[in-house]
Amino acid sequence: MNLFAKESEVLAPLATGWFLEHAWLIPVVPAIAFALIILIGKRLPMKGSELGVLSMVASLVLSAGAAYQWIQRVNSAAEEQFVTPVIKSWSWWQSGGLDFGIGQHIDGLSIVVLFVVAFISTLVQIYSLEYLRGDRRYTHFFAALTLFSGGMLAMVLADNMILFLLGWEIMGLCSFLLIGHWWEEDANSRAALKAFFTVRVGDIGLLVGISMLYFSANEWTQENLGVSGFSIRGISAWALSGEPNSTVIMIAAIALFIASIGKSGQFPLHTWLPDAMAGPTPVSSLLHSSTMVVAGVFLVARLYPVFFVGLDILGSGGNLIMIIGGITIVISAALAFVQNDIKRVLAYSTVSQLGYMMLGLGAGAWLPAVFHIFTHAFFKACLFLGAGSISHSASHHSFDMKRDMGGLRKVMPITFATWIISTLALCGVFPFSGFFSKDEIIDNVGNNGYNTFMIIGLLGAFMTAAYMTRATYLTFFGEPRGASAGHATHDAHDAHATHDAHAINDLHGPHESGLLITVPLMILSVLALGSGFLNATPFGESWERMKLWVEPRAIEVVVDAPSGGPGESLIVNLPSAEESHSKSVCGSATPETGVCYAPQLQHAKFKWSKAMISMAIVFLGIAISWIMSLLLFTKRDPRLVGLTQRVKVLGLGHNFLVKKYYLDHLYEKVIVHSVAHPISRAAYWFNQNILDGILHGFAKSTRTISDWVYKNVDQRVVDSTVNNSATFTKSVGTAAQPTQSGKVSQYGALLFSAAAIAALVLVIINT
Amino acid sequence: MNMLQENNWLLSVGTFLPMFGVVVLMLMPKAQDQAVKNVALITSIATLAVGIYTAFKFDFDQAEKLQFVADAQWISVIKSSYLIGVDGISLPLYLLSMIITLLVVIYSLDHVPNPGKPKAFFALLLVLQTGMAGTFIAQDLILFFVFFELVLLPMFFLIGVWGGEQRQYASIKFFLYTMFGSALMLVAFLALFFKTGAESFSIPYLIENGGSIAKNVQIWIFAGMFVGFAVKVPMFPFHTWLPDAHTQAPTQGSVILAAILLKLGTYGFVRIALPVLPDAAREWAPYIGGLAVIGIIYGALGCLAQTDMKRLIAFSSVAHMGFVMLGISTLTSFGVNAAMFGMVAHGLITGMLFFIAGSVKERYHTLEISKLGGMLTTMPRLGWIFGFCAMASLGLPGLAGFWGEFPAILSAYNPAEGLNQTVFRVFMVIAALGTVLAAGYLLWMFQRIAFGTAKDSSSHGHSSSDELHDVTTFEWIAWTPLLLGILVLGILPNLLFSVLDPAVQATLSVFGG
Repeated sequence: MNLFAKESEVLAPLATGWFLEHAWLIPVVPAIAFALIILIGKRLPMKGSELGVLSMVASLVLSAGAAYQWIQRVNSAAEEQFVTPVIKSWSWWQSGGLDFGIGQHIDGLSIVVLFVVAFISTLVQIYSLEYLRGDRRYTHFFAALTLFSGGMLAMVLADNMILFLLGWEIMGLCSFLLIGHWWEEDANSRAALKAFFTVRVGDIGLLVGISMLYFSANEWTQENLGVSGFSIRGISAWALSGEPNSTVIMIAAIALFIASIGKSGQFPLHTWLPDAMAGPTPVSSLLHSSTMVVAGVFLVARLYPVFFVGLDILGSGGNLIMIIGGITIVISAALAFVQNDIKRVLAYSTVSQLGYMMLGLGAGAWLPAVFHIFTHAFFKACLFLGAGSISHSASHHSFDMKRDMGGLRKVMPITFATWIISTLALCGVFPFSGFFSKDEIIDNVGNNGYNTFMIIGLLGAFMTAAYMTRATYLTFFGEPRGASAGHATHDAHDAHATHDAHAINDLHGPHESGLLITVPLMILSVLALGSGFLNATPFGESWERMKLWVEPRAIEVVVDAPSGGPGESLIVNLPSAEESHSKSVCGSATPETGVCYAPQLQHAKFKWSKAMISMAIVFLGIAISWIMSLLLFTKRDPRLVGLTQRVKVLGLGHNFLVKKYYLDHLYEKVIVHSVAHPISRAAYWFNQNILDGILHGFAKSTRTISDWVYKNVDQRVVDSTVNNSATFTKSVGTAAQPTQSGKVSQYGALLFSAAAIAALVLVIINT
Repeated sequence: MNMLQENNWLLSVGTFLPMFGVVVLMLMPKAQDQAVKNVALITSIATLAVGIYTAFKFDFDQAEKLQFVADAQWISVIKSSYLIGVDGISLPLYLLSMIITLLVVIYSLDHVPNPGKPKAFFALLLVLQTGMAGTFIAQDLILFFVFFELVLLPMFFLIGVWGGEQRQYASIKFFLYTMFGSALMLVAFLALFFKTGAESFSIPYLIENGGSIAKNVQIWIFAGMFVGFAVKVPMFPFHTWLPDAHTQAPTQGSVILAAILLKLGTYGFVRIALPVLPDAAREWAPYIGGLAVIGIIYGALGCLAQTDMKRLIAFSSVAHMGFVMLGISTLTSFGVNAAMFGMVAHGLITGMLFFIAGSVKERYHTLEISKLGGMLTTMPRLGWIFGFCAMASLGLPGLAGFWGEFPAILSAYNPAEGLNQTVFRVFMVIAALGTVLAAGYLLWMFQRIAFGTAKDSSSHGHSSSDELHDVTTFEWIAWTPLLLGILVLGILPNLLFSVLDPAVQATLSVFGG
């Protein structure tokens, strides 16, 4: 296989560095910090929060260093050279001939997400210093938050699916703890349970998918790459090798996608996400921007070759990922219109944006989707933290836009400005960051021939603009209402966070938040504005940095004999590939001389005309929504107010949305309720009455028989000495077991006669 | 199979040392409760010390071989000998039994259940320990049977004397049910003996010669063993003694029952049934796997129907042992490794959960879930320990439970050659579904017990605020090793797998692959 050995010497060696080689430290630092916070946090001057913040800063520095060195690594590669990931792998445990590894897989994708996660986590932790000040479980909160980020970081840089699963599940646990942070209230602990449980339903798919991939790929990966079937690198190469059975890889891809649906809140498992708002706002912000919900999208992006081959991405017609993504975009955007809770609007907006990412991945727009993870993290974190800032300082811990907000632009100028920037980014207005990612997704979906889905994408953009305008109007414009107007409402959503420090603030009425809150907002809004320029397709190739750095190159790689053992990075020899760079076979045909790690994808050529159309649609959405909001909420236009009561069809539709398409009803009232109550009761009834009943019934009949034998055989035949002793034994037995006297002999008779008969059968048959 | 015979006194000492303690206890006057406790404590510490020394002397590079083998004449009339030894499969369980006994003794120093009588109580615990350790070292079927039965009596009395209100019913059900299984098992052992030429009861001998028995005969012999072991595991539908026994047993009894006694059954499958009767095992495997996954779902549903915390935990054992049996039924070394790991993990986790249930009962005087609540506010430490164990029990990666559960599911995708792949893949999906239900009942229980606000103390009778004290010193001492074990095995599963793997591979070599 070493055909290109000579040429490979010609290739420049790829640059590497300390940060890349030691990227595995990124999740280790928060993990250690978590342990320390648990052990000594309460005794520290800042109750352990300093450890959390410091560890996130350390992770951020490490990720930034790794990102810098990764860029250098890319720059050191020839133009048509596959930039090998920096993989390190150690053996974790062996069993039955299987080797479970642990290690890092650093490539463009993991670098981007690592950086985003560390960055957002750092800001969220700083923000939480103020937001949760005085909370009764301050230390616990920081411990869980730190572990949460650690879990995500571990998952992102995992080199194999076992470690991936570990990070995935740790996040699930922490989301449970954080959503249920104020668990004294039943609603919160229920939301926590729901989040964990719904995600866990999807996890069946992950367990099944990993198992299938392992057993299908292992032989091939061992032989050709010297890695196990858990290895992400191995699975990717295997998927594109032309080796896999198309049914097996399809089922595996579907199974994994089910896990993504659960984790990323895609239809129909999206119902846990809005309820997850029960957690403190910083948690919502972290959970919705960079950790947890992104994990599902990340799974698809990470094992993209598996989905590419398994679900026939770029094939004609749609595929499962696109369909689910498309449905999610529209249905969750529709739900955002009927929410009064500002955080729930944002929650449905997250669901909808995750739908865009899925749509992009399903349609072969890998890079725009990943780029959307990147930009979305900044503006969504900013929006959530903005909502938190309002509730913290202006609306008395309420998130109800209709009741407790309105007119806040004057009292909270910084929060307002950052909110507007992030909203424009979310809507995809040029030149805010969302434009460069979301519009790219829509554009590429169309370019790859999926016109229906492109229209869905545009429809989603229209709806996004409209519901965000509605939310913005209700929050920042119009007349102040409720708490924002100074009326204290103590039954508010977050009222249990009330404590002394807040009480003092509340006396002052609505005001701007402190620096610990506004500085993170400002930083995030700058990025919400600027981060899009990292891949600004309108300005030409030279601006497409993200594409250069992150997108894996679909180039055939010639692999030497398997090399690299525990603790060694795996060395792959690369062909200069004079011939092969003209037309990549990756993904479209079986590679002949080596392996592929990424399929060849197309990129749409940017056209201002197309961008103008989508821009027009966005502005139309903003304008219509603005006019409607103005008429409905401020002018109280009689034609609009109460419309849903007057027009039956609209009323039904509205109700359908308010009831969240009755999906929650289906899950909770029908499925969970029936499993938890009738079905489990039936099973238990079966246990108590049938299984035990058979036992007791047999015992009873045996006793009747033995009574008969006793009366007719024993009493008449056996002499009185034996008789007496039997009576004696029986009376002793009765004395010892006053309550259950019958049962003893019943059981004895039953079990031993049964055993004797069975023994007889065995002996007869065996002779 | 070649065996290592150095230091072969160690196992006998480790196994029978508790009996020495029992003798001392018997000679002591009744009134000296403190002295009784000291003797029990010293005996169990000494036993564990011998156990640790055994582990220290154990040659881990040759974990597949029987070590410390002693072979003495015993009942020569029936050609049964005192043949003992441990390999990588038995050593972890042998040690686990010693550790659990010591922790239970420590816990009991402060918590002798009603009606007191510490002397008898501790004596029974020590007898129990001898029986358990003996079962794991016996390499002769008759010897195995004797120890297997020896376990029954002390447990019968522990439940029958120190148990709850329904103790009579529960203890007799437990005793007779297990005896019933044992009777069939003994018949199977005898059949095996005669079918291999009536030469020896030695397990290594039978492993060499068992394969030559005709297949249809093997299937019947296996049936006898199956019932004997399945009752002990317990597998659906032979499990109905378990919830009663667990619910009625004193805390100590429940802990030992969950941590060690249930493992005697699964251990019997791995040690005796599979290697001795490989052809029958292949025939039976799909049925075992089927019952295992039924047990997983059924046990979980049973849990959801419970209103009593302890009974819920008891039903969860049925589900968890289902995962263990699923791993065994694949007949692959990977699956059996998972099963062995699952046994140890389940011992630590469920043992711990029963400890917690005991402490809850002691404080609240009730185990009705609806009457508990807000444990995290009244007793935060106990509450978090409970949460930790619930998470471990539902198979959170990074804690011990996961490495028994996930590999068992994984192994079902690819069972041993000759088994129907489709059937086992269906099992895999059902088992994966079981993990969701496990999350459901455990978190639901945790949510209702630990979250929320404390229920009005007057509503549950006698407990006053003094009684709702957090974890005590004795509890800390007894629990910390278990909690650490759950964590350490979760992070470093290789500690256990590296011991198990060679022995399991050697045991299953007959199945190929």
